[in-house]
Amino acid sequence: MTEELVITCIVCPMGCRIRVLKKDGEVIAVKGYSCPRGREYAVQEATRPLRVLMTVIPCINGDLPVVSVKTSKPIPRDKLLEVSRYLASVSVEAPVEIGDVIVENILGLGADIVATRPCKRVKN
Amino acid sequence: MIYDSVIIGGGPAGLAAAVKLAEKGYEPVIIESRDRLGGIPLQCIHPGFGLHLFREDLTGPEYIYRFIDRIEELGVKYVLEAYVEDIVNYSMISKKVRITSPKGVEVVEGKTLIYAAGARERTRYEIGLPGPNAAGIYTAGEAQTMMDMYGVMPGKRVLILGSGDVGLIMARRFVLEDAEVVGVVEILNYPSGLVRNIVQCLQDYGIPLYLQHTVKEIRARNGRVSEAVITRVDENFKPIPGSEFTVEIDALILAVGLRPRVKLLKKLGVRIDPRSHGPVVNDWLETMDAPGLFVAGNALMINDYADYASMQGYWAAESAIEYIENKGLPSTRWRRVVPGENTRLVVPQYLSGLRDAWLYLRVSTPLENARLVIPGLGREIPLIHALPSLQLRLMLRREEIQNAGEELVVEALER
Repeated sequence: MTEELVITCIVCPMGCRIRVLKKDGEVIAVKGYSCPRGREYAVQEATRPLRVLMTVIPCINGDLPVVSVKTSKPIPRDKLLEVSRYLASVSVEAPVEIGDVIVENILGLGADIVATRPCKRVKN
Repeated sequence: MIYDSVIIGGGPAGLAAAVKLAEKGYEPVIIESRDRLGGIPLQCIHPGFGLHLFREDLTGPEYIYRFIDRIEELGVKYVLEAYVEDIVNYSMISKKVRITSPKGVEVVEGKTLIYAAGARERTRYEIGLPGPNAAGIYTAGEAQTMMDMYGVMPGKRVLILGSGDVGLIMARRFVLEDAEVVGVVEILNYPSGLVRNIVQCLQDYGIPLYLQHTVKEIRARNGRVSEAVITRVDENFKPIPGSEFTVEIDALILAVGLRPRVKLLKKLGVRIDPRSHGPVVNDWLETMDAPGLFVAGNALMINDYADYASMQGYWAAESAIEYIENKGLPSTRWRRVVPGENTRLVVPQYLSGLRDAWLYLRVSTPLENARLVIPGLGREIPLIHALPSLQLRLMLRREEIQNAGEELVVEALER
């Protein structure tokens, strides 16, 4: 079975529309790219798109009600909502520093959830 | 106490200026309106910061804490929750600023003033959006403050008007927080945000982007926005009859652009450039009308990257040091920079020829395979793909500016 995917390249602002032809899940042709980085990006997007997830979680006794977090490395795009929903039940106790690991190996994806903003402890 | 510089605004530009001054042994003070330093990047939890300045991809808070941590290390003074009421006295050697803070009213004096108060978001009233005065209408930045600083959801079924980057980024945030985004509506025939954000904030989540559409009317129920009427527009932005459709919503997010915050500058008699909406400055980033007043960041012009705002902060600080050491900047024959064909804005507007200078500019229409031309300098730079939403930057050398005439036209020409 062959399928054609159209990928909008984000490597630079040109936004090339790159066509990736796949047969039985294997990439057999790439068309419409302007540079090697664009080709690489399109193949990655067509086979295993990855994203860094950013969100906020509650910070108990913090100087702000929430602390911002991200995945320590990109995770598969189709797991973004699942991870975000899982994080809806996660909270952390202040103080928090940038880089603190909040959840290790989130859903077994090999990425940690780390804080990206400090949260000072306030008496409550 | 007379500070070397009073810095208005503790965001990317103001903090960078303060760090530079303090590192060189000068004493600045930062006046910040929020209850903490950092400005807008504090609430920008997505990456894309620091690529130019640190060659690293950081989130907004990670980026801005590089500066905040340095401010604390250097022991720079700052006043929080402070509102600048007025500039009460202005002379070559002294600038007195009256501020109100939780400590009361006080006058802060500096040898120079660095104005880095950022931008404000355009509102519903500036785009003439008809309908009742209802709850549930927010600017994208307000929604971002609510969600990503305070953990409060502005709505559960959202329409976004305007395709600026903050609007696109908030579209993704709403989906990740389990709200529904019914669409993003853009009046132009191209999005005003970056391609990356169109792909990663809209396409990834199947959010529709309605180009050449606008919101014609909003309706409210029980005091809260309940419906939006979307219509297609023609090339003159006039609604096309019969193309309307109605969506049910409980929040409308406006991402219709930013404007430099210039009220205080206007009060001082500083000229505002109708193209950049910021002050008219020279290549020290000093306003042409008030000596020793330097402007950086989004108060100067709307920047695509916080990195650029910080670079302008460094630039303004270096200029302030030169001003302090020489009790003013040298007088010179100014070359006026004039935006020519297809050029929306150019900053700075005046060049001295006494120093190298960065020129920041935007084109006024999408261009393919064009070239940026400065005939007065004999410069020609290829522009493979230029959009008004992409800020361009180029360095001009002192020597080439020196040889230029009174006016330097900058234009973008198609091949």
